[in-house]
Amino acid sequence: MYTILKKEMLTPTICRMVVRAPRLAAAALPGQFLIVRTDETGERIPLTISDYDRDNGTVTIVTQIIGASSARIVAMEVGDAFADVVGPLGKASEFVGLPDEELAKKSYVFIAGGVGTAPVYPQAKWLHEHGAHVEVIIGARNESLLIYTREMASVCSELHICTDDGSKGFKGVGTAMLEKLVSEGRHFDQAVAIGPMIMMKFSTLACRKLGIPVTVSLNTLMVDGTGMCGACRVSVGGKTMFACVDGPEFDGYLVDFDEAMRRQGQYKTEETKAKEEML
Amino acid sequence: MTRAPRTKVREQDPKVRACNFDEVSLGFNLEEAQQEAARCLHCKNPRCVAACPVNISISEFIEKIKEGDILGAATIIAADSSLPAVCGRVCPQETQCEGSCILGFKGESVAIGNLERFAADWCRENGVAPKAELEKVGNGQKVAVVGSGPAGLACASDLAKWGFDVTIFEALHKVGGVLVYGIPEFRLPKDTVLAHEIEEVRRLGVKIETDVIIGRTLTIDDLFDKEGFKAVFVGSGAGLPKFMGIPGENCNGVFSANEFLTRNNLMKAYRDDYLTPIHAGRKVCVVGGGNVAMDAARTALRLGAEVHIVYRRTENELPARREEVHHAKAEGIIFDMLTNPVEVIGDENGWVKALRCVRMELGEPDESGRRSPVVIPGSEFEIETETVIMALGTSPNPLIANTTEGLQTTRRGGIVADETGATTREGVFAGGDAVTGAATVILAMGAGRKAAAAIREYLTK
Repeated sequence: MYTILKKEMLTPTICRMVVRAPRLAAAALPGQFLIVRTDETGERIPLTISDYDRDNGTVTIVTQIIGASSARIVAMEVGDAFADVVGPLGKASEFVGLPDEELAKKSYVFIAGGVGTAPVYPQAKWLHEHGAHVEVIIGARNESLLIYTREMASVCSELHICTDDGSKGFKGVGTAMLEKLVSEGRHFDQAVAIGPMIMMKFSTLACRKLGIPVTVSLNTLMVDGTGMCGACRVSVGGKTMFACVDGPEFDGYLVDFDEAMRRQGQYKTEETKAKEEML
Repeated sequence: MTRAPRTKVREQDPKVRACNFDEVSLGFNLEEAQQEAARCLHCKNPRCVAACPVNISISEFIEKIKEGDILGAATIIAADSSLPAVCGRVCPQETQCEGSCILGFKGESVAIGNLERFAADWCRENGVAPKAELEKVGNGQKVAVVGSGPAGLACASDLAKWGFDVTIFEALHKVGGVLVYGIPEFRLPKDTVLAHEIEEVRRLGVKIETDVIIGRTLTIDDLFDKEGFKAVFVGSGAGLPKFMGIPGENCNGVFSANEFLTRNNLMKAYRDDYLTPIHAGRKVCVVGGGNVAMDAARTALRLGAEVHIVYRRTENELPARREEVHHAKAEGIIFDMLTNPVEVIGDENGWVKALRCVRMELGEPDESGRRSPVVIPGSEFEIETETVIMALGTSPNPLIANTTEGLQTTRRGGIVADETGATTREGVFAGGDAVTGAATVILAMGAGRKAAAAIREYLTK
């Protein structure tokens, strides 16, 4: 039983849950995702793994209400159980394979946007624990939409908060913060951008300008998540890849973001209808 | 003496069934089954049995049907097949048992598939089941079966009958593999027929765990080292869809048949009470000519689209079961033969608006013995369409091979296994599409059973 053990609303529309899934927790690594199904008539929804606790056999997921299916997830309460929680899926982040002595020499910067801040957490935590220098930029429209600021502060060398309206931290978007840090003389070996597709596109453009390699985590459409359906196909370096098995993380420089954004909206008509019916 | 003609199987009217997902073929009733069974010549040297990948004692079970002993017939089938209601429906009988039937040379073969289906359905509907022939040779050694498709179910059934402690691990949330995600409801009803056959496998003592992806949630090594299994059978199927590699293939509205069918079959997108979206639109082109192409086409039709099958050879070369082609035509699917897509054309928003194709003609036979299609120069034309479904076959999923030390694969990604199913890794056996690449349900079952015998040998030697 994939029982919900804890539930907490991080913002009015973003919810964090700790769910029992011992085998998944034992195998999960930073960068991977999982798939949940609320009940028999629900969709299979891919979500990044925001944390895992091997001792207690739990995984943490963060969901933002976007359509009918995510609303159904957020409507679940402590004690309820998901029909299915399966994973870990996709490849672990590239740095997971690197030896500690190499990580200790490296400097990473994360650009986290919106609900994409949650999957940055296990990555920053892993790198921090393995001795890398980690800075995290969290961006949101305003203060009330910021998530994971407290958690993130404990797993990085430096945390930079930005809001579009300046209600908290730096006034401006994450990429502007990155440019500021670099102009002040900071050096980063690798950037990782996770957030909405459009934000990852602009983060990649900024990183390219600054000459920093950037990894992005693509939240494409998926059905099975194991390579079977091809709904998640993306063009990377001119080649078609499956985000579920070849990713979800790719070299941002090589991703065709415009195609990826277009493909993400493929079922918009159907989804809007489902949402309207629900309301 | 003149032989009675083959007994026609009742079907839903094409106009009616084109608008629903209920089973097309209604099967024989007892009277029809007995009438058809009486046509069998009971050859001394039955060619049908040799042509069956699991060598069911066909003549004997047909004899029982003739006598009216349907449970007896089902018992004979059960000795060789754990999925009779499935195989009676989806086997390519015309190239196997029925294709070898002596009656077929001068007239029409015995309807062996429909008789097999009848025996299985009759038992289910009458609440009886053949008694499993148990033969305890194992002493409860744990065997893991990866994948709950036809290969895995067949392998697990045999091993359980022999007294092994069998657990099937399934990556998806439903049991059945391709039988549940691939084959549509109108060919194989899920909640009645398939669920019942799976229940029979469970009744033998087989445990089934869904939501476990071998190669991710657990590795093959975990199965041995952490979970205490003594042997593993890999029947993980051929799940990766192929695409053509033509321009525009990533336009919105281009789907793999796997995606389209999985949304509809596994995720039940055709039902209003399920949340899964599916997109067919007003007009659909399905590229390919196999059973999966027919399934995708007939599914799109039922979702309300005008459907074209686009295939580069002629109708004679269509690899699909003859019955599926016949059904598809009767339902109003348009066959655009000798046609090959060269480009998907998108509109200004990146949605499919047309499929650019070339006309083909048949040239010399290729290595498969089929005459290979050759492009007619200057024959380019466009078919306007909203949706394109690629049904070009599948290849084995590399997940297990990539995460298992010492497990060799072929150039095409199939796991290397000998005729007993033994792989290059001790204690690991494999069979079905994971080894051969996409084939049929019955071949996968046959491979599962062979591997079960090899596992029995391995664990009792």
